[in-house]
Amino acid sequence: MCLAVPARIIELEDDRAVVDALGNRWNIRTTLTPEVRMGDIVLIHAGFAIAKVDEEDAKETWQLIAELDAFQEEQNKKSEQD
Amino acid sequence: MLNRIYEAQKLMDSACQKLGRQINIMEVCGTHTVAIFRNGLRPTLPERLKMLSGPGCPVCVTDQGYIDITLQLADREDCIIATYGDMIRVPGKDGSLETRHKPNVKIVLSSEDALTLAKNNPDKTVVFIAVGFETTAPATAVAVQEADSRGIENFCILSGHKLVVPAMEALVGDKNHKIDAFLCPGHVSVIIGSNAYIPIVEQFARPCVVAGFEPMQIIEGIAGLCRQLADGAAEVESIYDAVVTPEGNRTAQSIIDECFEPVDGLWRGLGSIPNSTLKLKAEYSRFDALNRFGLKEIPAEDLSGCRCGEVLCGLIDPPDCALFEKKCTPDSPVGPCMVSSEGACSAWYKYGRGRKRSS
Amino acid sequence: MKDTPTNKILLAHGGGGRLTANLISNNILPKFSNEILAQLADAASLELDSPAVCFTTDSYVVKPLFFNGGDIGKLAVCGTINDLAVAGAKPVALSLSMIIEEGFELGVLDKILASAAEAADGAEVSIVAGDTKVVETGAADGIFINTAGLGTKLPDVNLSFGRIAPGDKIIINGTIGDHGMTIMSQREGIKFESQLASDCASLAPLTCRILEAAPGVKFMRDPTRGGLAATVNEIANSTGHSIELYEKDIPIKPAVQAAADMLGFDLLDIANEGKVVIVTAPDTAEKVLDVCKGHPLGAGAGIIGEVAQSEDGPIVELITKVGGRRIVQMPYGRELPRIC
Repeated sequence: MCLAVPARIIELEDDRAVVDALGNRWNIRTTLTPEVRMGDIVLIHAGFAIAKVDEEDAKETWQLIAELDAFQEEQNKKSEQD
Repeated sequence: MLNRIYEAQKLMDSACQKLGRQINIMEVCGTHTVAIFRNGLRPTLPERLKMLSGPGCPVCVTDQGYIDITLQLADREDCIIATYGDMIRVPGKDGSLETRHKPNVKIVLSSEDALTLAKNNPDKTVVFIAVGFETTAPATAVAVQEADSRGIENFCILSGHKLVVPAMEALVGDKNHKIDAFLCPGHVSVIIGSNAYIPIVEQFARPCVVAGFEPMQIIEGIAGLCRQLADGAAEVESIYDAVVTPEGNRTAQSIIDECFEPVDGLWRGLGSIPNSTLKLKAEYSRFDALNRFGLKEIPAEDLSGCRCGEVLCGLIDPPDCALFEKKCTPDSPVGPCMVSSEGACSAWYKYGRGRKRSS
Repeated sequence: MKDTPTNKILLAHGGGGRLTANLISNNILPKFSNEILAQLADAASLELDSPAVCFTTDSYVVKPLFFNGGDIGKLAVCGTINDLAVAGAKPVALSLSMIIEEGFELGVLDKILASAAEAADGAEVSIVAGDTKVVETGAADGIFINTAGLGTKLPDVNLSFGRIAPGDKIIINGTIGDHGMTIMSQREGIKFESQLASDCASLAPLTCRILEAAPGVKFMRDPTRGGLAATVNEIANSTGHSIELYEKDIPIKPAVQAAADMLGFDLLDIANEGKVVIVTAPDTAEKVLDVCKGHPLGAGAGIIGEVAQSEDGPIVELITKVGGRRIVQMPYGRELPRIC
């Protein structure tokens, strides 16, 4: 039971965060994962981060993580050009 | 990736050969059932390896009495029902939240949305349909604590949260069971930790592997169980290290403990299981919808001919039920196993009617 | 007596009197400038190049009205053009009827009409007839649009279920789920910020080219509501043949997949508005792909499956990325987000 997907934290204040998965952004709570920081990848279920994702292990597990990285690089290049 | 699949299949084949009998692996989690079907894995498994669908579909194991109460509350003018999409089509005695056509039923993606509904509708009581296992319970607990600290009194929950390990113990403790090993739920394990399965291994000598939901995770999880069975081992193993730790998420566990206590609960098909259901503790009891509205959950009589209970225990496959595909279909479901997107019967109907591995 | 100027739709705008006339002359006619419509006759007189015509209709009730990549106006025009296009016709003329809720902002209506006009112009199709009705507040959710379309059948084109046979290839011109997920991303209760965009577009330029170049094409359909799953199931059920789809070859944008994963949706069931499923004889498949890839609407085209012999009744099977097999069912018709 339990769909949970990884996404990267792009904004964080107290226990509220905005996460990004390839340009899709959601508001979530980090109440259950107080140790997470900006830039961390977290696993999200029902609007809450339930775990910090270890990035190296994650690349093994989720194709999405590799895509998150590629997407991030693209975005960085775009903003450098702007 | 193809190489890894090939290696895993070799492992499964050799385990089946070595043991010389059928191997029964229970996929505890409904999301595993759906993922196994969506990825078409069953036809790729050896003939003698059988996957049993377990009780890890929170919607499926919710007793019909609970569903009848949600419908009763949906009928009230002074209530707004806030629910995850999963519950909308589950049938009670008299229709479902969907067929009731009520404007006061709102689909939410998080418990926070339910709380926001309460804040924005001060003249109604929002009832949050709190279904799910340990993965989902912390989110409910946070919402209850916030309702308490911020004085949002027009909010309450109908708690259907259940605990996975007590159910696994009940299943493997039953003398009729056929379970050789457990494929353990990845995301529940994020919360409870892989150590939570140690009692299963120690008391019942059944291997437990914690796996995620991507197809390679499932394939390698099943292969890991086969390896243990072939070696006569029984250990807890996790291949979902990206997010699962032995102790689990302590913060989430504490929040559950602060709000809830485990009590005996009724599981559809499994009967009453001790300490398997979460109930709000006394200091939060005013947020319990049953108290708020003076209701009692009346266990419903089993729907005639429905064998969801046996499916949930892994005793039969959906096609063994006389109602399957005939009287019971996704368009006219009899039991929750057919309605729930995770239910074994629904997954089997939607994905299952295919051929075996052609090697 | 002078009429008070208004920036909202009133019941009188649908009454057939002064306000209706003003609406037509100020807001509608200027956008759809063609001689036929300008006559404001009770019916449009058309002269067509061919007596073999195709005719279709569709209604549009999309919410939200405006989304990344389009709006209800563009959708209403492209959707009906596409039904003609996949039937093997060259779209010629459309009617556009609206049912508008009292109180609707005139400025918003203007935007929708401008969008419809732009889509029609771009497709070289004229809007030659129309109607406007206004209903009381609450009786319609903003605006509903119906378009009906007329097209002339392309010569030597014979598209039908009956021609489909085992061995035929199934091709799609690009990524699936873009439109449906974009709409979801802006729907109340589940909306989220994203860079997703609808693929809403007129397919006629692409389909006309394909049919000219490849007579081996046997059937086409646009996978709108119900997505690719519905279309492929319709083909299987109507032909009695089974279909195999190859998951690894179905084009999907990673961002669209990520959005679907978060909400628990299966992209096979999600609507598209700029895609066409093409069934073609195996020896024409390469030609069809070439034509697609040479056109902006077909850059992402690929063969995604094949028609197969059916044993006990037609089924649609997906060969998954990990080499498994599973059935693709006709979708329920209402996709719900889930957490479990």
